Amino acid sequence: MDTVNITVNGKMTRHRVDGRTLLVHYLRNVLGLTGTHVGCDSSQCGACTVLLDGWPVRSCSILAVQADDCSVETVEGLAPDGETLHPIQQAFHEEHGLQCGFCTPGVLMTVVALLRENANPGEAEIRRALSGNLCRCTGYHTIVRSVLRAASDAGSQA
Amino acid sequence: MTPVPRPPVTPVSVLRVEDARLLRGRGSFSDDLDLPGALHARFVRSPHAHALLGDVDVSGALAMPGVVAAFNGRDLADGGVNPIPTGWLINGMQPGERRALAIDRIRYEGEPLAVVVAETPEAARDAATQVVADFEPLPSVTDVEAAAAAGAPTVYDDAPGNICFTWETGDADATRATFDAAHTIVTRKLRNNRLVPNAIEPRACAAIWNSGHLFLHLASQNPHLHRFILAGFVLGMPEHRLHIRSSDVGGAFGSRIAVYPEEVVVAWAARRLDRPVRWTATREESFLADSHGRDHSTEAAMAFDADGRITGLRVRTLANLGANLSLYAAAIPTWYYAAVLSGPYAIPAIHCAVTGLFSHTSPVDAYRGAGRTEAVYVVERLLDSAACTLLLDPALLRRRNLISPDSFPYHSAVNTVYDSGDYERTFDRALDLAGYDRLRDEQRRLAAESRYIGIGLASYVDMSGHGPSREVTREGGHAGLWESARVRVHPTGRVTVQTGSQHQGQGHETTYAQIAASALGVGVEDVAVGHGDTDSAPFGMGTHGSRGGPVGGSAVWLAARRVAEKATRLAAHLLGVGDAEVERSGDRYVVKGRPAEWRTWEDVALAAHMAQGLPAGLEPGLESTVQFDPPNWTWPFGTHVAVVEVDVETGVVTVLRYIAVDDCGNVINPAIVDGQVHGGVAQGIGQALWEGARYDGSGRLLTRSLGSYAIARAGWLPSFETARTETPSPSNPLGVKGVGETGAVASPAAVSNAVLDALAPLGVEHLDMPMTAEKVWLAIRDGRRRQSAALDTASTRLDAGPVARVVDRSRESSPGPEGGV
Repeated sequence: MDTVNITVNGKMTRHRVDGRTLLVHYLRNVLGLTGTHVGCDSSQCGACTVLLDGWPVRSCSILAVQADDCSVETVEGLAPDGETLHPIQQAFHEEHGLQCGFCTPGVLMTVVALLRENANPGEAEIRRALSGNLCRCTGYHTIVRSVLRAASDAGSQA
Repeated sequence: MTPVPRPPVTPVSVLRVEDARLLRGRGSFSDDLDLPGALHARFVRSPHAHALLGDVDVSGALAMPGVVAAFNGRDLADGGVNPIPTGWLINGMQPGERRALAIDRIRYEGEPLAVVVAETPEAARDAATQVVADFEPLPSVTDVEAAAAAGAPTVYDDAPGNICFTWETGDADATRATFDAAHTIVTRKLRNNRLVPNAIEPRACAAIWNSGHLFLHLASQNPHLHRFILAGFVLGMPEHRLHIRSSDVGGAFGSRIAVYPEEVVVAWAARRLDRPVRWTATREESFLADSHGRDHSTEAAMAFDADGRITGLRVRTLANLGANLSLYAAAIPTWYYAAVLSGPYAIPAIHCAVTGLFSHTSPVDAYRGAGRTEAVYVVERLLDSAACTLLLDPALLRRRNLISPDSFPYHSAVNTVYDSGDYERTFDRALDLAGYDRLRDEQRRLAAESRYIGIGLASYVDMSGHGPSREVTREGGHAGLWESARVRVHPTGRVTVQTGSQHQGQGHETTYAQIAASALGVGVEDVAVGHGDTDSAPFGMGTHGSRGGPVGGSAVWLAARRVAEKATRLAAHLLGVGDAEVERSGDRYVVKGRPAEWRTWEDVALAAHMAQGLPAGLEPGLESTVQFDPPNWTWPFGTHVAVVEVDVETGVVTVLRYIAVDDCGNVINPAIVDGQVHGGVAQGIGQALWEGARYDGSGRLLTRSLGSYAIARAGWLPSFETARTETPSPSNPLGVKGVGETGAVASPAAVSNAVLDALAPLGVEHLDMPMTAEKVWLAIRDGRRRQSAALDTASTRLDAGPVARVVDRSRESSPGPEGGV
């Protein structure tokens, strides 16, 4: 067993974990943050995407011990007050950018990283950025529109 | 029922109620249940596709740390677990055997044969490797044509030739006569590729046994059927002591209709061990153990008169059912397939014969578009072949054969009755939106630059809103497919709707709230919709076959209307006037002509519950439960246009545009309807271009991860262009038709036709799906070789004309270079 110190959504967490514990299982089973989902357990679907020190990573393919002393952002951290949605979440709501919602947390985290890097992406850039996130419901049409709207809303507020 | 003049529910894209929790990561998917102290199950699966199974020794696993129990198939049988029944019977069929854990014989790779239950998932996983099974491998067969061939390995000793059933519909003699008299006949051999549904949420379940009661948490498309089958047939326990909850479902697409072995084992183990037990599939298990879809081999022929009118259609299909019969296995390639073989076309004579075959593969069941996708593919590929032979534009040929708008209800040659339609309007709209003539000009212009653009059409009729119980049970269904709703008004006037239906992303909580709100005259935000809990929702048949709107939604409407009628009676009584003298105005019941005399909706709701001064004979309370059994299916229709470009150097196909014009009757929430179309289209493009399950010669599944089985990614698809016409259905009080599958029903044919349109100048006549880059590249190479050989021959013959792009397809063509999956 190893002790890890991981900052999750701004809060320090410290737990003893088995060396083989995946970061996603640390989030889901140890911290109870079940918003991060496991879709394929092989880093191909992107449902488990979280931000590790700001970078989108597949939490199903990273050990919790590898995240020691790192900062992790998950979907639960986007709208911490439980009332208002994060602007990206709001854009997905308004553009019907989700159906079953299982892939959505991973998609949202990918989009957070994309828009931090490129505040005004075009459709092709959005589709490229989302190429690691599988959605079986939307055909991506409304996801792309949601990202365009999120970028546009952020631009109009700036 | 007569058509409704205007939609009873005003179409509004109300933002989804479900989004708030799902966007926050606060949904409740099947693996999200917090279950302290739960044990973890791990299944041991056969590495062989076909084997005699001797002793399955679990003692090694039991000796591993953290292991609480391990069971094999005999333990289950001795513990009273029965095989899982199928739900659709065809006369004389051989039903096979679906056990939760195999005994004596293995029939597909991945078939579960033991389970290990341990304190942690890691311990269960480690211990599962210590189960020792005695296999005697046997030759296997996975391909449906090979399964039908003489001398093929057999899946069941008592199903010679691997035949589970034979089935036919239509009129063989009349069809033969049309072919005898035909001016032109086109034939095609078509493979409809085997697909793996791949909902992004893997299957998972958790069971808790408590003093004679069993709670089972799982993602199901039909939790009430799950309970009925598990309690009544498999586990042999009292139905009222089995409580199933299906909360948020991370996609289903048909894959969560059936009762699966893992659910049976987990439920049984929880009872046996008196401890909570849970299981979550890995993605590899999803590939091996979820039901697959499609997998047909078809020989089809279409007869035409001299004017290019279709006179007959003949279809012979071999359907791969897999190693045993999943719930709707026998329904999909029979009734659900043949029902739409006439498409939107007036075809006087049709004959369809289907042979259902066992093979050493995962069971095959419903997958989005089930049966209808396969039928539309047959008809639409034949029509494009015919267009080439008849030297007609494929759009012109289709339009010439459309059923005219004054023909409804239309009785097809396969004993189905199309409820309503205006196929020409939808067709014209699609061509207009696509700019069809301009596209053809552009195609010619780019051809001069050696760029290969293809334009593909598919016009379809879908059979949705499953389905009228009388017909369903007549055709082989054990259960009719009605739906229930309970509308309960609370004392404050707020409303809870419980439905026997079950969402998987379709937005039931929003759409049903809109329906109930319209019927009751309250705000959408005043209605909460619950589903999926067998203890609180009324028994219902669930969500599949695009029935959530036309059947489930209609039940909600009818129950809410019944409540509204009672509320009106009560309001009239409170106002001291007759029922007919009261009208609803906003939140108030007002006496007609006396606007100062009114009671609010809340007043009436409160009075109903407080029961002070109720009229004689009126029960307290304000709620109603309705079971709606539709008089017919609903028959949405449309025309889709795909525009693709083929890179002849690499074989890569790019979808440049996708235009979908659909008619699903009245629409309640346009944004949700559009979303259903988008998703279906994306899955169908995937079937056409990328998806396909492949087995090796030993029966091992080669495509067992999302790395080897390609489902559409964002960068591979265009944005879609959608439009609608609205022809109300007379089959339900809302006038709606199902729309959940139409995209997946039309798009494989549209995209296939587009690719082959692009490849036609290169001498490629036909390819089976998926039209992967490799397959397309090889076909181009072979087509060019054939063309250059033909040119060589032509140049030696002085009387030879130019090599035509149009080839005679009146005789069966050879399959593509890979010959199919």
